[in-house]
Amino acid sequence: MLKDITIGQYFPGDSIIHRLDPRIKLIIVFLFIGSLFFINNFIPYAFILAFILLIIKISGVPLSFIVKGLKPLVFIILITFSINIFLTAGEVILTIGPLTVTKEGLYFAFFMGIRLVFLITGTSLLTLTTSPIALTDGIEDLLKPFKKIGLPSHELAMMMTIALRFIPTLLEETDKIMKAQMARGADFESGNLLRRAKNLVPLLVPLFINAFRRAEELATAMEARCYRGGDDRTSLNELRMDRKDIVILFGSLVFFGLIISSRFVMDGI
Amino acid sequence: MDDVMIKINKATYEYKSLIDDSIQQAVKNVDIEVKKGEFLVILGHNGSGKSTLAKLMNGLLLPARGDIDVMGMNTRDDEQIWNIREKTGMVFQNPDNQIVATIVEEDVAFGPENLGVPQEEIRKRVDEALELVEMTDYKTHAPHLLSGGQKQRVAIAGILAMRPDCIIFDEPTSMLDPSGRIEVMNTIKKLNKDDEKTIVLITHYMDEAVEGDRVLVMEDGEIVMEGTPREVFSQVEKVKSYGLDVPQVTELAYELRKAGLDIREDILSIEELVELL
Repeated sequence: MLKDITIGQYFPGDSIIHRLDPRIKLIIVFLFIGSLFFINNFIPYAFILAFILLIIKISGVPLSFIVKGLKPLVFIILITFSINIFLTAGEVILTIGPLTVTKEGLYFAFFMGIRLVFLITGTSLLTLTTSPIALTDGIEDLLKPFKKIGLPSHELAMMMTIALRFIPTLLEETDKIMKAQMARGADFESGNLLRRAKNLVPLLVPLFINAFRRAEELATAMEARCYRGGDDRTSLNELRMDRKDIVILFGSLVFFGLIISSRFVMDGI
Repeated sequence: MDDVMIKINKATYEYKSLIDDSIQQAVKNVDIEVKKGEFLVILGHNGSGKSTLAKLMNGLLLPARGDIDVMGMNTRDDEQIWNIREKTGMVFQNPDNQIVATIVEEDVAFGPENLGVPQEEIRKRVDEALELVEMTDYKTHAPHLLSGGQKQRVAIAGILAMRPDCIIFDEPTSMLDPSGRIEVMNTIKKLNKDDEKTIVLITHYMDEAVEGDRVLVMEDGEIVMEGTPREVFSQVEKVKSYGLDVPQVTELAYELRKAGLDIREDILSIEELVELL
């Protein structure tokens, strides 16, 4: 189950999309998400679909990979779909027991379903084509202007980096503790939900204690390596925008500008 | 004076016991001079105060009494503390808990980034450091996929990239398998011989202690023995009284002597013993 989730996964590659400045990618994704909420017609959706397919094609990420990423979210999409289909008032076209399906509901359900699918694919394309490090650097840099109002941009980025660094280590440790407890007769697999949750306690306690110990050691090691916060820090991979990045940013601004303005010239459904 | 790297002058470190609030001394009135280019080994069993001593050497801990000077800079001096840590790098026991970044080269760059080194210079230092520990081939790998010995070498590279004059190793091999231990020890020896780094190695492995120029034995916060490995290990009974072993071959020679064979008591390597016999 855990392995199926492709959201947040990185698909290494060397396409233009991969090499694009992470800041630009973040801005584009925000524009993308924002403009999705402005769309009120199926026609701009066609353009968005073309846009997504184009990016998938250029990035070289296999389509099946992205479809697989949607799988764990099918449930959420289905719930949204059925809520919309049954709870929208309008011209009734079908009645099943107490439930009625309206024409408007059908439209709206499809509309929302598509919006969700686009949201998920768009954002997962960002993480699929951007390494976690580039992503953190990008976020740190974009948040820098907010430092003046007290937003700790460097600290946030550092926390993300350390979290990413320790996820595999802690997973490994969980596995180890689990096996050690199982060897002594612990049971993680049977019983009802409450019972199973209870059985997790002997797993979580050592995991937390170890995590705190690790945190303390890491802090000492960081201090020994002269870490003293974000001021005056330099970086191995300084972010640099070149002409290509600017052109792409400008292109997307125009594209999403048109998508957003479509709301004001087209009729809504 | 110029050839002294670290000077510890009557340093005492105290902490409050968690059990009964009494004042405990982890390091008692210790005097040590670490010379430039020296390979100093500090031996001692668990709880002898050797790790505390290491942390005193780069200002991670401050002594209750006495002074520690690193290249003439006092560790109490807040203005100098970052210079001290730049000059005396420290490698810890658990390689997992000292690697910060998700990519090897990013982690090696962490130290120089903190020092505010310009970008091109960082790149140069990272490549050099990885070359020195022979990890260049792994520079874009994720650290959690490396073996223990490799991780520890990455940690060493991370320290080297700060260009320290002295590196303190706090039991760097105690969590590694035998092949990892050999990798790390070879790296340490190379840094001392070829790059003239001052090394302070804290360990409880006797075969590692033999590699040093000078050995200090700690017991209960005090230095109880000092000398070249040969001088220290020839006193087999005394070393054992501090809960430590002597290297296997020294032990064998000692037993042979006791059994009546006429051989020297300061044997440190198998080759020496073979030649004698």
